[in-house]
Order: sequence, then C-alpha cells, then structure tokens
Amino acid sequence: MFGVLRAYVLIALWQARPGLGGYDVADAVTFCFVTQAFIGPMQLFGGGLSLPERIRSGDVALDLVRPASLQLWTLAEDAGRAAYLFVVRGLPPMLLGAAVFGIVVPADPGRWAAFLAGFAIAVVISFGWRYLIALSVGWLLDDRGVAVLSMVLTTFFSGMLVPLNLFPGWFGDLVNALPWAAMVQLPADLYLGKAPVLETLAVQVFWAVVLLGLGALGTRAVRHKVVIQGG
Amino acid sequence: MVRTYFLLAWTWTRAAAAYPASFALMVLLGFVAAALDVAVVLIIFANTTALAGFSREEVLFLYGAAGLSFTLCDTFVSNIDRVSQHIKAGTLDTFLIRPAGAWVQLTTDRFNPTRAGRVLQAAVVLGYAIAALGIGWERGWMIPVMVATGVVIFAALWTLAGAVQFVLTDAPEVTSAFTYGSNQLTQYPLAVYARDLVKGVTYVLPLAFVNWQPGLYVLDRDDPFGTPGAMRFLGPAAALVLALLAALAWRQGIRHYRSTGS
Amino acid sequence: MIELDRAGRSFKVKRNVVHAVRDLSLTVTAGEFVGCLGPNGAGKSTTIKMLCGILTPTSGTVRVAGLDPSRRRTALARRLGVVFGQRTTLWWDLPLVDSFALIRHLYQVDRVTFRARLAELTETLDLGAFLRTPVRQLSLGQRMRGDLAAALLHAPDVLVLDEPTIGLDVVSKAGIRDFLRRVNAERGTTVLLTTHDLGDIERLCRRVVLIGHGRLAFDGSLEELMATAPGQSSIEEVVTRLYTAGTQ
Repeated sequence: MFGVLRAYVLIALWQARPGLGGYDVADAVTFCFVTQAFIGPMQLFGGGLSLPERIRSGDVALDLVRPASLQLWTLAEDAGRAAYLFVVRGLPPMLLGAAVFGIVVPADPGRWAAFLAGFAIAVVISFGWRYLIALSVGWLLDDRGVAVLSMVLTTFFSGMLVPLNLFPGWFGDLVNALPWAAMVQLPADLYLGKAPVLETLAVQVFWAVVLLGLGALGTRAVRHKVVIQGG
Repeated sequence: MVRTYFLLAWTWTRAAAAYPASFALMVLLGFVAAALDVAVVLIIFANTTALAGFSREEVLFLYGAAGLSFTLCDTFVSNIDRVSQHIKAGTLDTFLIRPAGAWVQLTTDRFNPTRAGRVLQAAVVLGYAIAALGIGWERGWMIPVMVATGVVIFAALWTLAGAVQFVLTDAPEVTSAFTYGSNQLTQYPLAVYARDLVKGVTYVLPLAFVNWQPGLYVLDRDDPFGTPGAMRFLGPAAALVLALLAALAWRQGIRHYRSTGS
Repeated sequence: MIELDRAGRSFKVKRNVVHAVRDLSLTVTAGEFVGCLGPNGAGKSTTIKMLCGILTPTSGTVRVAGLDPSRRRTALARRLGVVFGQRTTLWWDLPLVDSFALIRHLYQVDRVTFRARLAELTETLDLGAFLRTPVRQLSLGQRMRGDLAAALLHAPDVLVLDEPTIGLDVVSKAGIRDFLRRVNAERGTTVLLTTHDLGDIERLCRRVVLIGHGRLAFDGSLEELMATAPGQSSIEEVVTRLYTAGTQ
C-alpha cells in the first residue's frame, strides 16, 4: 500500500519534471519498489530485535554469560531473519510493482552482483544502527522516544520517503553522506546502475564498520552495567 | 460516556506527566517527526512548481486538512488498534468486567497526550495554507465541516480496524496498514492517483470525502476526474454511513469475542 | 445469588466442537463462601467468564445477582467484584490511588462513601505503604491486595476470584485468606473462588464444588468431600483420587 501510493506521487513528480535527479519515470518507480523490498529485511520502521525486551527484563545477563559475543550472536539471528523477510516480505512488493507499473530489471549480471553485495552490507548497517538503539534501553527509562526518533531519522534520511537525489543543495550532499543513505539510497542506486560500484560499496563498508564498532563498545558498557551494577 | 472518556484520558495524561523529561522529549520528537513529514512535500516542491496540476500551497492545504483530522483520531481513537494484543494477553477481559463500554475503555487505554505535537503541526500547516491561499469565509466555512467529517471517517476506520482484529488476531499489521495507508493516501491531491483507485476511495471506502471533495470546493476547482459539483457536499453523509457500519462491526466483534473467548 | 441452570459452553476448534462446560447446575445463595476445584482445563475459568458476562453460554441459563450476565453486563458489573490471580484488573502504569479514583468514577461511588471504604480497605489490607506506587512496580502480594481493594471499592454483592492466591508466599496467602474470611463474615458478601491450593479450601470454604470435564463432579461441604474416600486422611489424597477417577 505504502509503496503503491508513493509510486503514484513520484510518477506525478517525474511527469512534471522528466529526468529529475538523473532518473526517468521508470527509474523512479523502480526505486520505489526496490526500496519497498528493503523495509522488512532492514526493519526500517524500527524494531526487529528482541534485545530491548531482554535488557528490560534482565534476561540479557543470560546472553552475556554465553561464550559467544552478544553482538555477533544477535547479528547472526538478525541476518537469518532478514534473509527470510527478504523472500517473504521483500519480493512480493517488487513483483507487485513490476506487475502494476513495470520496473527496470537489470540484464547485466555484474550489476546484480553489485546490488546484492550492497544490499547485504546495508542489512548489516541497519543492524548496526538498530543494535545501538536497542542498547540505549539499558540507560533510558522509556525507550519509546528513541524508537520514534530512530524511525523518523531512518525513514527520512534513507530515501524511503523521497529519493535523496531530490534533496536540494548542500543539504542533499550532507544527507547522502550519512549512514541512513547507505541503507537504502546506495543499494537502490547500485540496482539502477546510477552509482560507481566500488566507491559506493566502500562507503557502505565504512558505515558498517563504524556502527559495528560503536556497538561493540556499547556491548562492553552494557556488560559492565549488568555485571557490576546488577542491571 | 464523554465524561468517562475524558476522565480516563486525563488519568493517563497525569501518569505520563509523572515523567516530565520523557514527556517533553516525546512531544518534541512528535513535532520533529511531523516536521520531517511535511518536509517531504516541501522537498518535492523544491523540484517542481506543480504536482498533478496543484500548487505547493494547495497541496499543503489538502495535507494540513487531512493531517488535522488524522492526528486528532491518532490521539483520541487509535489506541483501539491494540485489540488483538489485548486478546492475546488476556487483558481484554479486564475491560469487560467494568461498568463502562469497551470502546471507551479501549480508545483511552494508554492514552498518549504527547501525540498532540502532531495535531499542532497539522494545524500550523493548514493555517499557513489558508492564509497563503487567501481563503475567505464564503468558501472557508467548509473547512471546519471537512475536518469534522475527516475525524468521523478516520475514527470509523480505526474502529473497523479494531473490530476486524477480533477475528484476525494474528494480523494487527494488516489493519494498521489500512489506517496509516489512508492517512498517506489523503496527504496528496487524489489527482496523482489512478482513476480506478480514486473511484475506490470515493464510492467504496469514502476517503475522498476527508479532504479531496470538500477541499475542491474550498479551492474552487473542478474535479480532474469530472465528478459532479454536488459530490463536494456529500462528506457528512458518507461519514455517517461509515460510522454506522463501524459501530455495527464493533458490536459484532465484541459479540464474536464473547462467543469464542479468544 | 449465583444460579447456573444446565449451563453449557462449547467452542469450535478446527471443526471439532469442544464442550468446555456442559450441563452445569449450581446455586449459590447470598452470604455463602464457595470454593471451586478442578484440574487444569476442567472448565473453571470458562465458568467464571460466564458469570462475569465475558462469555455467553451456548446452552442453559446463568443468573448472577438476579441478572443475565451476557445481556446486562454493565449493570451486573456494578454489583460484582472480580479478581483474576493471573493478571491484574488495575491500570498497569498508574499508581494504585489513581486506579482507585478511576474505579470510583466508573462505578459511580460517591466521594464520602469512597473515602470511608478506601480508608477501611487501606487499613485491613495494609496498602498505605504503596498507594502511590505504579502497579507495575508492586510485588505480586502487594498487587493482589491492591486488586482485592479495587474489586471491593464499590461494595459488590458478589465477589468472584479466579485463583487469587496463585504464586503468593505463605505470609501473603495467610493475609489474603484472613481478609476474604472477614469480607464474607462481616459484609455478608457472597464469595466464589477457584483455586488449586487446597489450603484455600480447608481454611475458607464451607462449601466445595468440584468441576471435572466441564461437569459438576462434586458439590458439598468439606466433611462430605472427605467422606467420599473413607480411609484417606488428607484432602490432597481425596482430591487426587477424585481428579484421576474423572479421567478414567
């Protein structure tokens, strides 16, 4: 529903301004349904991790004594879920879009490879971000505020609402450099063949490493809090 | 019923205010979220002067009017979409042992006054658009009518969504796609959508009467889809019919629960 | 005060019809204290739900305080106090006093009466220390005392309790039992409770009802219950025998 309505708005815009942002109408529609397929696997509207509940209930202590790293354990779980959701929730909207509006399907296997790599890294970036948000529960009384903030930032700055190449001027440049762009806009551009492959993947890897690194620090802090202060 | 409603809502408001920092943060975040929502419209119009033949101020007018109705319902009625959660947790029973209607108790359950930040945003956008378009009383009288119509339509939609959850306990996201999707649909002039979709939201699910049909009257424009002028005034009637259907569905939902217990 | 006449409740589970309760006839007169026993899944909760008007019976009739619960749910609610041991009827995020104030309005108790009752309940249930604490932060024992007070603020004629002592420690249990006995004796409130704790039955109930497979398996005094199995010395053994006899 969300994707279909968004597609109509984008079509109306590109009909008024053909070629806007380097996309034609078909590209814009394709962008719409490709990114729609990201919502489930990347949990762009927030949530997806059971960690906040476990921190609040204190069960996280059990996870922390396990011999595996809490972060990697959670990532493995999330990656499995993402793969499942990509097939179950991701592909149907893409096929729907293809059926109703007709979307661009790349013929070049290299572009597919670039897209799938970008998509996989994007899932890790989205995990890195949601993991940080989940950890914040350890310090905050009420996590609803952070959840709302995360959803707003993610949907707006990732390109889920409007493609980031529509954002004007310096604001557009800034937004394109942020981690949320690496979740949605960059892999979508790889799919459309509108971005230099190696450079784009490098930016994505950079954000994945940064967020996972922060997550590792956060995990240590949580361990410290749970073990030393008893939760 | 009205007294019970406000009493329950007020109690929840006091409970939320017990944590002033969290409360203030939520109001602020709600406002920021709402601001980014309208920023999308502004970004689109940074790239074009007209969308499907409508100017930026006209789109903001339609956006603000629908937004005001929607956010009012989001604040005052949307809690009803937790029916399936209550059924699963077994907490619905506690509503049914009290001497008050289930609808009133559920719409006020965990009433969240911080959503008022979004109502404010919608009101500001609508106010700006009215001023910028220079809308006078000769057509502006329709604005309060259309907002009230919108409130009834969205409230009915949420009630329907809640009623459906008595049967579809496992799919609450289906019903929220329906309510939030309706909001998304009404944010833009219906002229951007396909003719069949617009027919559907005019004659089947009367979303066109939230802001589109009465809005065309206020903006003094013809319907690009060519519906007759009388349609501009049918909003209240359509809202009433939908509200009746929703009330029936809700009663049926409660009855269903009382014959299955789950 | 409570009348069930051949009451039955069946559910459709994947095309099969399951009879949770069938042909249950039971009369409880005003001022009685009745304990309801039965193995898990015997139909106790279904019966309680029919008494509260949450479930409509599929056959037979149910009357509580002279009213048909399924038709006069809100009217009955004013004369009925209900406590679920497994979950609270209080507002989870609100302090206890706020829950009580809401109940006052919902049940339309006038201010003076409310104050007097609250003062009395605060004293007998020893609520003073945690009246201003949000319900979610209360211990199970405190929460149960709060729930009991909430169920009695409107001075109901009938008090229905579904496993009120479940999960409580010995001291809390003793406190709750003592309180229930007083409510029954001093106010004359009719009490019906379900339990798995035979201590509740021994210490409180003059009359015992045993439900098995949705039917009434036994109805009588504690002595009569013991007499069904001569030679058995403890109530546990007698009840175990009755439970297992029902399954064979």
